[in-house]
Amino acid sequence: MLELIVISTLNGILFGMLLFLLSSGLTVIFSMMGVLNFAHASFYMLGAFFGYQLTKWIGFWPALVLAPLLVGAVGMAVERYGLRNTHKHGHVAELLLTFGLAFVIEEVVSMIWGKSPVDYRVPAILDFPAFTLFSTNYPAFKIFMLAVSVLIFVVLLIVLKRTRVGLIVQAALTHPNMVAHLGHNVGRVFMVVFGVGCALAGVAGVIAGPALVTQSDMAGLLGPILFVVIVFGGLGSLPGAFIASLVIGLVQTFGVALNGSLASAFGPLDPSLGPSVLSDIWNVTIAQIAPILPYVLLVLILIFRPMGLMGTRES
Amino acid sequence: MSVAAPSASDIRPVARSQSLKFYGIWVIVAIGLVVLPVIFSSGGSLTSFSLIGIAIIFALSYNILLGQTGLLSFGHAVYYGLGGFAVVHMMNAVAAHGWPLPLPFIPLVGGLGGFCFAAVIGWVMTKRAGTVFAMISLGIGELVASSSLILRSVFGGESGITTDRTALPHMFGWSFGPQIQVYYLIAFWVMIAAIAMYALTRTPFGRICNAVRDNPERVEFIGYDPHVVRYLSYCFAGLFAGIAGGLTAINFEIANSAYLGAVQSGLVLFATFIGGTAYFFGPILGAILVTYLQLGLTSLTTVWQLYFGIIFIGIVMFAPGGIAGILMMHRPLLRAGTLGTVIPSYLLALLPTLVLVGGVILGIETIAHYTASQGEGNVINLFGIPFNATTPSTWIIAIVTTIGGFLVARMTWRRIVEAWDRAARGARDQGYLA
Repeated sequence: MLELIVISTLNGILFGMLLFLLSSGLTVIFSMMGVLNFAHASFYMLGAFFGYQLTKWIGFWPALVLAPLLVGAVGMAVERYGLRNTHKHGHVAELLLTFGLAFVIEEVVSMIWGKSPVDYRVPAILDFPAFTLFSTNYPAFKIFMLAVSVLIFVVLLIVLKRTRVGLIVQAALTHPNMVAHLGHNVGRVFMVVFGVGCALAGVAGVIAGPALVTQSDMAGLLGPILFVVIVFGGLGSLPGAFIASLVIGLVQTFGVALNGSLASAFGPLDPSLGPSVLSDIWNVTIAQIAPILPYVLLVLILIFRPMGLMGTRES
Repeated sequence: MSVAAPSASDIRPVARSQSLKFYGIWVIVAIGLVVLPVIFSSGGSLTSFSLIGIAIIFALSYNILLGQTGLLSFGHAVYYGLGGFAVVHMMNAVAAHGWPLPLPFIPLVGGLGGFCFAAVIGWVMTKRAGTVFAMISLGIGELVASSSLILRSVFGGESGITTDRTALPHMFGWSFGPQIQVYYLIAFWVMIAAIAMYALTRTPFGRICNAVRDNPERVEFIGYDPHVVRYLSYCFAGLFAGIAGGLTAINFEIANSAYLGAVQSGLVLFATFIGGTAYFFGPILGAILVTYLQLGLTSLTTVWQLYFGIIFIGIVMFAPGGIAGILMMHRPLLRAGTLGTVIPSYLLALLPTLVLVGGVILGIETIAHYTASQGEGNVINLFGIPFNATTPSTWIIAIVTTIGGFLVARMTWRRIVEAWDRAARGARDQGYLA
């Protein structure tokens, strides 16, 4: 039991940090431009596939740097030629544009790389068990993922809070006109922030690709959870996104690891009752309902705290 | 949506000739629906018409949210799917117990199913509008779609639940076995639902929905709660989506969890938005187009969804009013008689634009065939011309036509804008709003 708790906590924090890599970019983009980037998970997927392809051509380490840069460039192009032109039609049009984009990216990826999972492997240098915990080997690559996520988190925090660039970005969040009057090119700031947000998603894709499955539906699977994270944490709140990422990461990981059901806790139902909704609920295991747990959390938070954990923004 | 909200001043007593024209349109549509299968009587076209009819109801119900109330939902298929399941269970129950409920009334059960679920879940969902609502609808959509796989006894797991529409009590001697009878059933419900939804937009409630879309704060000041208005609008949308889902279940004699899923929600959003949300007939056009494309393209190309996405992005970026918006833009010019000055620039732009489109299609198809066949020889047949995906000449043709077509087309597009401005100015001078 202790083993389960420790391993699941580790995995949960790892998944949570991965979610935070994505949700931080999404949150910053949202609070800056008021645009919820529906295609954010698609950029994560692009990162994974670029990482896979570049790893095949030039190796994992150059890919770790190049793939996010490429994704960031795609993101900047999307902002410059897509979102900026759509801005005059309002936020719904912008959201719809990114929705269409998510659709197109998924189709393009499955067109080029196929619909089945690609063989994106953990690089040989990291392919060893880092330590053994109660008879379970914990892979070094997962520790590497955790380290990269934490590193990026810290760098992001320092850049936003302690540098001049961060100051301009923060100012542009709330007072874009004033920042423009002070001589900064707000349009370019927006473009770069969008690009950096997408590049962060790309990093997440490159490092998550080998550990999870790199497949053309990975954006569709992660996307909704990502939106749950940022609604749960409160739209536009970075600390909220951080807490929500960890909560959702832990909940999902523990959910998958636990195998209990009402039937195992209270004994099986009388079989003469036959199959019914009650027997479905009675027999379902926690592992089976793990995929829907984030959405249950979403409904709960909407009922009890509609603006999210740390959200203030009314939109 | 900022486009063309009908304001309160639009409501005024209409002259007799106008009301005749208005009812005339509905009568013509009804006659058209009756005559259609006589003209196109093949089995394939009957199936297509049935699907298009269902798509029309579904898209119109979605427009109650998006166009009328300004709520962007990513999970509208939930009500469509639940309506379908409600109908399937009802049909099985009717057949098992021998209740005297004939098939034509069954879609109402679907509507009721959609309505009830919307009434239960809608109150929480419609607390917030805008982006938050969009995200919540997405989450609820995923929740219901995933739950449907867990609650096997109700949703039948992966395979779904089947039914037999001929087992129900017959009406006017119709067994509803042949597709033609199902078509008429669907056509009947399309008429009923379309009239009901149109009438809904004309009621004070419909007008308040528009007001909530445009300025919720002001609505609060005149004494309405935007939350309640959004909630009611949500319930109505669920009702009509449930009818559409019920008709689908009758048409296919099965309901499965795919009906509830994100793909279905995405398709209805595409159809509604491509058609145009600002006018009542917009979603109808969109539903016809998207269903037709879906049926036609699937047999032609493997990447048909990519074309959908590209069309959708094009509409969002360049024509947010949709097809209906583009059509209605021309009305003042037509009335002022200045439309003729725009036509030549349209004709001029036609050829380079077609070249551009052809180049893009060739490029996409080439890549699709190249990757699908892993570089082995593969011939694409495009507009009757064979292209080989592996020869460099095909790639060069695709690139040249795309880039060249774009550069030339852009010049002709500018001409359209100039000619348009002149024509619009002419129309405005004559007192027609443009």
